[in-house]
Amino acid sequence: MQTTGNRTRARSLGNTALALAILAVMLFPVYWMISTALQPDSAVAAARLVPTSPDFGNFARALETQGGSLLTSIVVSLGAVVVCLTLAAPAAYGLAQFGLRGGRAIVFGTLITQMVPSIVVANALYNAYAELNLVNSYLGLILADASLGLPFAIVLLRAFMVSIPTEVVEAAMVDGANRFTAFCRIVLPMSRNALITAGLFAFLFAWADFVFALTLNTTDDVKPVTLGIYQFIGAHVSDWGAVMATAVLSAIPAAVLLIAAQKYIAAGITGGSVK
Amino acid sequence: MATTHSPADTPTGDPAPATTGGGAQDAARRAAERGRARRRLYQWLFVAPALLYMLGFFGFPLVNNVVMSFQRYTPTTYFTGEAPFAGLDNWRAVLSDSLFTDAVWQTLLFTAGSLLGQFTIGLGLAVFFSRRFRLSGPIRAVLLLPWLVPMVVSAVVWRRIMDQDHGVLNSFLSVFGMDAVPWLASPSVALLSAVLVNIWIGIPFNMVILYGGLQEIPRELYEAAALDGAGPWRAFRSVTLPMLRPVITVVLVLGFMSTIKVLDLILALTGGGPADSTQTLGTLTYQLSFLQLDFGQGAVVGNVLILISAVFAVLYLRVNRADLGKGK
Repeated sequence: MQTTGNRTRARSLGNTALALAILAVMLFPVYWMISTALQPDSAVAAARLVPTSPDFGNFARALETQGGSLLTSIVVSLGAVVVCLTLAAPAAYGLAQFGLRGGRAIVFGTLITQMVPSIVVANALYNAYAELNLVNSYLGLILADASLGLPFAIVLLRAFMVSIPTEVVEAAMVDGANRFTAFCRIVLPMSRNALITAGLFAFLFAWADFVFALTLNTTDDVKPVTLGIYQFIGAHVSDWGAVMATAVLSAIPAAVLLIAAQKYIAAGITGGSVK
Repeated sequence: MATTHSPADTPTGDPAPATTGGGAQDAARRAAERGRARRRLYQWLFVAPALLYMLGFFGFPLVNNVVMSFQRYTPTTYFTGEAPFAGLDNWRAVLSDSLFTDAVWQTLLFTAGSLLGQFTIGLGLAVFFSRRFRLSGPIRAVLLLPWLVPMVVSAVVWRRIMDQDHGVLNSFLSVFGMDAVPWLASPSVALLSAVLVNIWIGIPFNMVILYGGLQEIPRELYEAAALDGAGPWRAFRSVTLPMLRPVITVVLVLGFMSTIKVLDLILALTGGGPADSTQTLGTLTYQLSFLQLDFGQGAVVGNVLILISAVFAVLYLRVNRADLGKGK
């Protein structure tokens, strides 16, 4: 018994070592991004493997030029989350619980929309946006970015809301609440986890958006960080230290959410059909 | 599986109206019907905002792209607002352009190469992480990072890593005495480089989905296979792969949909170059519409992209219908 226990433990240790090696290879680009960002002379010379004397000068320059873009990204992404959840939650409930005629077709339609490339949407949307004065506007970009998360949010929330017993809502309605109040007071709190997951992904999708930012803006008025870093490599291709510092800053939300909201991310990836 | 109908979606049958006569009952029935109609309308109000939004942001663009592909757009269209009917001119111009043919091939190569790499490595990692060992969970979670970072940002980082003279990749290879590879500078290598970067981005997603699928396979099946004398490889082929098939289909179709429309990665990594060797249907649409301001020709390429996706959308729906049937 003792020896098999030891052998199992040794194998488990070997697996852990191998897994850490895989992790090191997979995350090397991320390490390189951070390492380059911390080296003051990475702008001119090839970066060293380890930042021996870390320096935050690159970050200072990155914040100076891209700080506004980061702020824009935050505003746009949060806006997209609000639009997304406001539209998706009632719709998902309706599709899950009311047995509406044509509801099935709508769910299928929602699945299909996940496959429409953003560039195709942007191509047709641009002219309409120009007429509606939505080009170069926060509202315009927020509305467009919401389209990245909405189908996913509807599918995910509907999947959850199907399992809510109708009696729960009906009991509230007997007490005099109308269906919408009952929805707000009973269904939404019950769907808290699903809402967080949907909102989280809506945020990440909007944060990562590049196509809409690139096509629906012709000036620098509304410039999220994805567009900022793209223009940065075009204009200041020699200042790689600052580019990498910007990259680090723009990857922070993903990293934070990965640590803070791990269980919601896992639920989102397996529960809905992401991306 | 694919043809099962969803019990969750079938409308709950309304109770049959009373057939016995009588004025009072008639009035009551009419009132009940009115109430029911009002309730239906009220219920639709839950769905209507999202529905209108999707018609505006998905339905309208799909239809409008078809219309636009028959119109002539020029840089002056923005001042005059006029885009006259152009017949098949846009289609003819795009389809006869060798850049379009190249873009179709490069898009397909990019997609096939990316999927092959992402899936094989993702499956390998999923199987590996299914062994129980310490830190397996946390390591799996952190592995997701490349997938969560905005694609443009990843591409920018890789652009530096793959730099021919200052990139760390070539410095690493020179340790083994290899010559510097022109990863992004040579037309014959650039597409492969883009595929490699996209494989890196896609591995975590494939791994997580496939890992989830692996956990659903009952352990007894492996025990039974072991009793029958099946080795690990045999068990993988006869138990794992068949049981995993629905998940594999989902992962491949979703991967296809997100890869075929690639744009951010290419623009930030190579800008479509060198010598247009990494142009895809996505970048070509962008270039035609937003750089050359020929929205008509851009719409043509966009429509081709949609057409290719539609074929796979059908596939995807057939898989997903099975899922919906389970009331998911």
